[in-house]
This record gives sequence, structure tokens and C-alpha cells, in this order.
Amino acid sequence: MCPRCGSALHHRKTASYVRCWALLIAAFFFYIPANVLPIMRTVSVGDVDDNTIFSGVIELWVKGSPDLAIIVFTASIVVPVLKFFALGLLLISSQRRSGWAQRQRAKLFRLVEFIGYWSMLDVFVVALLTALVQFGFFSQVEPLPGVVFFGLTVVITMVASMTFDPRLIWDGRDYDD
Amino acid sequence: MALTSGQQAAYQGLACALLYLSEGVPKDLSAFDIDICENPPMTMPVQGIKPAIAPPTMWICEHCDSVYQRRVLACGEVARCTRCGALLARHHYLGVRGMLALVLTAMVVFVQANIWPIVTLGLNGHMISTTLWGCIVMMWHEHSQVVAIIAACTLFFFPIGKMLLLGWVLLYARQGVRAPGFRWAMVTLHQIGPWTMSEVFVLGTLVAIVKAHMYFDVVPNAGVFAYGVLMLIITAFASIDVRELWDVTVDRPA
Repeated sequence: MCPRCGSALHHRKTASYVRCWALLIAAFFFYIPANVLPIMRTVSVGDVDDNTIFSGVIELWVKGSPDLAIIVFTASIVVPVLKFFALGLLLISSQRRSGWAQRQRAKLFRLVEFIGYWSMLDVFVVALLTALVQFGFFSQVEPLPGVVFFGLTVVITMVASMTFDPRLIWDGRDYDD
Repeated sequence: MALTSGQQAAYQGLACALLYLSEGVPKDLSAFDIDICENPPMTMPVQGIKPAIAPPTMWICEHCDSVYQRRVLACGEVARCTRCGALLARHHYLGVRGMLALVLTAMVVFVQANIWPIVTLGLNGHMISTTLWGCIVMMWHEHSQVVAIIAACTLFFFPIGKMLLLGWVLLYARQGVRAPGFRWAMVTLHQIGPWTMSEVFVLGTLVAIVKAHMYFDVVPNAGVFAYGVLMLIITAFASIDVRELWDVTVDRPA
């Protein structure tokens, strides 16, 4: 126990590889319906329009502002995909005790931790639009199951990156000495 | 694996001794991997160092366990791990009082951001406005309870918990004293740290405004500006390391 704050001390995070892999795979299974299922339904004067994450980005690009479309694209598509690849790469290379690009991998991990929660952007957009667009017959927005899966994906990938122990990166052969 | 306090004292003693032996080196913040010192030379003064009382003399990199000797940072200086490049510490412009002022400001702005409506939509003279809680309640009723819970926690309960705990701790820290429940507050602050997402919500509001603007009249309300200010304060806070409070406070004499 830490004499100062009372937390349990540990050499390494417990079962980092197993937990991180499990969470990453779980997140991936949630990520598929998050992208395939629509996240939002827009009803206007009897016209029903279901939006997926990707079609939302395209709509923003075509009708609104391309700059915001790039931000949303980055937050909801690039960041989750990058997280899967980055965490997968970190796990595999650390399990092989690779000494390759350790410094860069350490940086990659910090990047994943830092950008992770920005993916929540689309979830909040849907929540706001649902609350705002309630004009009955004329116009209405409803959330669809995709947004639930997407929210869970973001939370699970965040937990996954927290269970990864960056010290594992340095367990490999040290080439830099 | 949990270490006993004896083992911990031994580890700290070892690290201290290592640093002492290489006196000339630590000036340039060279790295010592703690793994190196598993076989201690016999001369090392292992005993007599109590980690709870001795002032901290080292930095340990959170990301790779390299150990460094501490030194006082000059204005604007940032210490990074030479091995993995992670941040060790940075110089703080704000003292305890400054931080407390910032937390109190954040609280006032947070209350405003939550009670004032964020945006108003208009269609054919019909106006609808909403607040954060309006969104959360709406998501709950629209069969997205999971989203409602995530939003309630990351946008309301965690941010407000963070501000209240920090305010409580800082209030006592002004006198250099640890508040009742200091340990618990600091551990909780550390745990909820990554789960506050107010700044993401600000960007989300912006995107929602642009999306809604395609079909409706949009009037941004005071709430969105309050959130904008909150975002600035949160950014200012991001550079502050609350762990420093452990060093500037002492336990109250019983």
C-alpha cells in the first residue's frame, strides 16, 4: 500500500495483455453495429430519413460546412479506427518483446489516451438534436440503436487504453543503450 | 503485486543511493531504470528512510518507470522523460490561491451553463430550446438510456464532482493543511480525470448548430457561451498537475 494515498502499489497493471485484448475485441464487436446501424432518424412532414455516422459526415460536407465535416470525420471515424490499429499494434509488438521504435510507440500510446474521448462528439450531437428538433409532425429527430453501440464503443476503447501498461513497451531488448 | 512499506522504503533507499553515487550525472536529468538496482551493493544505506516523511526527491516516469532526481523548474520549463518523452512535471504559474480562484470561476460558469438554455430552434414561429438536462432526459425517454447515463456522468456528475472535490481540497491547501478526506479526494480526482467531457460537448453543440441551421432558424443562447468559457477554463486546468498538492500540504497535527 502507498503510505501517502492508500492505493495498492503494483509493479505492473494486473493482467494488462489479457484485459486489453478482451476489451479491444469487445469494442470491435460493438463498433460494427455502430457503423452499420443508423444513429439518428429525421422525420420531416412524413419523410423519414435514417442517418448512419458516415452519411451524417457526407451530409455535413455537401450541405453545410466541409470544415466541420472534417472535424466530425476525424472524431467519429479516424479516431476509433486509429485506436483499434494503434492498440493492436502496441499489444502485438509488446507481446513479441520487440525493441522496434519504442519511443515512437510510447508516443503513440499517449496520443491514443489523449484523443480517445473526442469520439464522443457524434453521440452528443445526436443527443442535442433529439432534444431540440421536436416539432411534432413537421420535423422530429429520434436516436436509433447505432448511437448506443457507438457510445459503448468509445467507453470500452477508453477503458482498454487505460488497462494497457505502457511499461510493457520497454520490456523488449533495449537498443538505445 | 503489493509492496509492504518496508519493501517500499528499501526501493526508495536504493534509488536514493544510486542517485547519490552518481552525483555528477543527475544535473542533466539522465535516466535510471529502477530495474538496474535489483542487486544492491553492500554499502547502500537502505535503512532509516521513511517514504511518508522524507520530502520527495525524485520523479518517476509514469509511463516507463525511469527515475530522475527532482529539481526546481524555472518559469515555463517542462521536464520530460529522456527515455520515452512523457511529461514528468511542468512549472506552474498558478499557486494554490490561483487554482482555487479558477475552480470557483469554473463552478459559477458551470451553473450558468446548466441552467441557461443552450440553443433555441425556430420553425414556423414555433420555438424550442433545451438545456443539458433536457438532452439527457430526452435520450432516456427515446430508448437510449445508455447514452443518457454516459452523458449524465461525463457532462454533469463527473465535472461537478471534480470541481467540488478540487475546491474542497484547495480551500484547506491555502493554509498548507490537508482537508478531511484528502486522500480519498485526491484518489477520486485521479480516477474521474479522463471521464469529463465538457469540452467535447462544446464542439458537439457547434456541429449540432450547423446541422440544424440547414433546416431551422437557430439562435444560440447564453448556455453555449457559458460552455465556451468553461472550455477555456478546462483547458487552463489541463496543464495543472494536482499531485503537487501532496507536496505543498502536510497532515494536520492531531
